Amino acid sequence: MTVTAIGPYEFKSRDHIDNFHGNQVVYWHWEEHLMFCAALALMLPRDMPFGDVLNNILPGCYGMHPQFEQIEWSKVVWMLDGRPFKPDLSASLVANGVGHKSLLRFWTPGLHGLSGAVI
Amino acid sequence: MNAMQPPPKQKKLSLKERYAHLTRGLGWNTTYQPMDKVFPFADYEGIKIHDWDAWEDPFRLTMDAYWKYQAEKERKLYAVIESFAQNNGHLNITDARYVNALKLFLTGVSPLEYSAHRGYAHVGRHFVGAGPRIACQMQAIDELRHAQTQIHTMSHYNKFFDGLHDARHMHDRVWYLSVPKSFFEDACSAGPFEFLTAISFSFEYVLTNLLFVPFMSGAAFNGDMATVTFGFSAQSDEARHMTLGLEIIKFMLEQDEANVPIVQRWIDKWFWRGYRLLALVSMMMDYMLPKRIMSWAEAWEMYFEQAGDALFNDLSRYGIRKPKYFEVASKEKHRLSHEVWSTFYNYTQATAFHTWLPTEEEMTWLSGKYPDTFDRLYRPRFECWSEMEKKGNRYYNPTLPQLCVTCQIPMIFTEPDDPTTTCFRSAEYKGERYHFCSDGCKDIFCYEPEKYIQSWLPVHQIYQGNCGGAEMKDVLAWYHLNFGADNFDYTGSPDQKLWDEWQAQRSANAV
Amino acid sequence: MSKVSITFQNTDDARHLVDAILTDNPDATASVMPAMTKIDCEGSLSLRRDSVEARIGRSFDLQEIHLSIVTLAGNVDEDDDAFTLAWNTGAR
Repeated sequence: MTVTAIGPYEFKSRDHIDNFHGNQVVYWHWEEHLMFCAALALMLPRDMPFGDVLNNILPGCYGMHPQFEQIEWSKVVWMLDGRPFKPDLSASLVANGVGHKSLLRFWTPGLHGLSGAVI
Repeated sequence: MNAMQPPPKQKKLSLKERYAHLTRGLGWNTTYQPMDKVFPFADYEGIKIHDWDAWEDPFRLTMDAYWKYQAEKERKLYAVIESFAQNNGHLNITDARYVNALKLFLTGVSPLEYSAHRGYAHVGRHFVGAGPRIACQMQAIDELRHAQTQIHTMSHYNKFFDGLHDARHMHDRVWYLSVPKSFFEDACSAGPFEFLTAISFSFEYVLTNLLFVPFMSGAAFNGDMATVTFGFSAQSDEARHMTLGLEIIKFMLEQDEANVPIVQRWIDKWFWRGYRLLALVSMMMDYMLPKRIMSWAEAWEMYFEQAGDALFNDLSRYGIRKPKYFEVASKEKHRLSHEVWSTFYNYTQATAFHTWLPTEEEMTWLSGKYPDTFDRLYRPRFECWSEMEKKGNRYYNPTLPQLCVTCQIPMIFTEPDDPTTTCFRSAEYKGERYHFCSDGCKDIFCYEPEKYIQSWLPVHQIYQGNCGGAEMKDVLAWYHLNFGADNFDYTGSPDQKLWDEWQAQRSANAV
Repeated sequence: MSKVSITFQNTDDARHLVDAILTDNPDATASVMPAMTKIDCEGSLSLRRDSVEARIGRSFDLQEIHLSIVTLAGNVDEDDDAFTLAWNTGAR
């Protein structure tokens, strides 16, 4: 850590998990579908089952994309914070190792966006 | 005749002599307080200065000349502004969509002029040498003038168009405006030497040409004489500001070899910070000017690649190299504006300006300017959205995006060598994860994490409950954004309705 | 290749500045764009007071260029008689 300052310089992170009222922020990114311009930031209860996010939350985020309905979640390839990952759909986010400000990237085999242009 | 000869007329002082009197003759060393107490910020950044008098402003502007020329600039500017208002100049712009670029300018750029005024007033106080103090003082006054003239000029548009009513308030709150706001706060909270490297050199010298020159020329091309006039009036000061930027860099480099690595690190940091900020400008040029002058890629080539080559060749004699990741910026030039415009199309429900899909004619222009990327990657995206619009199902992204902790832009940028894959970078600090859009932003964080863990990221602030409420309408009200007027597409907006009425009136009158 | 550059507004005053520069610096080239003219020149270029005065028929203070300039690239050196932009190409 480098600090160039005129006095002591130490701060608490503004996005510390304590500031989210018992929830945590998790980022989700559907690869090859750049109609969604960036990964999504979702504030979720820490004990929410992973499968509930897929079944109850993501449809409201991605549902307007014609390929969303065709996703077979069992075949999806996941990366959690840069490492390959296989979620246990019935276990909670935290039990799956999904922490505050974790990034989940997922690839949907056979679904590579529209018009051959990763839309 | 014994009348006395008149005394020989005293020769007028030369420019160099006048400047020397101002910057040397008027400076003094303090006696009843030690100099290091009077100038407490002069040393802590590690920059070593042995001889403050070695600094010289090559324009050698003295205060009398400064007031004279600035007054003349103001007279010229206000003559144009008045005539623009008296002649209903807003009716002569090419298309009302153009005004949306002004909305972004007034909320995103003009408040930075005011921040610059404060920044220069502050650092001008803290330099030991009278030369840089005077240059900073003049610039502080210039920047205040820029903020005032911009607000004054655009107030004419505020009489007719939406989204221009509360720029200062919006600047502090609206999600995408945290990008320019945090950029400048980063600079203003640094020491005086870093501030000048950031704003005078990296921003003014290396990058602002891209904002002011082609965009203002574009304003002229689109019939907006008021904006081109304030733009060029401000830009005429910019030549002096740019010179301050280059001189301060050379001064630091010449004073002590130990300054070189510090200056290089600042150049690396502030090039990347400035470049990311200009992402907004890329979209203004390629998408928001109804009649276009040059593409973002062409402007980048002219004002960064060519001009930057010459500049960094010159500085190489001090051991300074081009800013880190300049090549990434060049790789991104064919996709930047498209990625950014797509983002605002995603979230137009929450912007204080209107968006639209480019027309067929505009897409033809874009494919001509971006032959390697536009038809392959972005035209299909716009066509897909256009199809959805036609079916009455206009696409909005209903979920808040992940933001980069450093630049605060949504994580929209793609891998330097692969425009189809989003670029993700992350770091851990004190057990907490942080995410970045690029290696450039990650490096900046990792060098000074204690500074950036304080980032006020709009998305997280909304989730924390600090932005007026949990519903979008609550947040927009907290932004002072008028729902249904300021936001959403241009098509169907009150702006469009008004403009179409004016056009109809005009053709009716012509008959 | 290190070109210096100066850009002026397309105003009546600046027309003479552009003309003086193009005449005194044979390598300089001008590009005219909406509302402005950009001059580029390899290595260095100068604007001379006497050349401007010969064109406008009155005395001219070089600092009047502050009223017309848009942007520049190069190291500035100004005295009473000339305004010069240059890149240093050789070693110091």
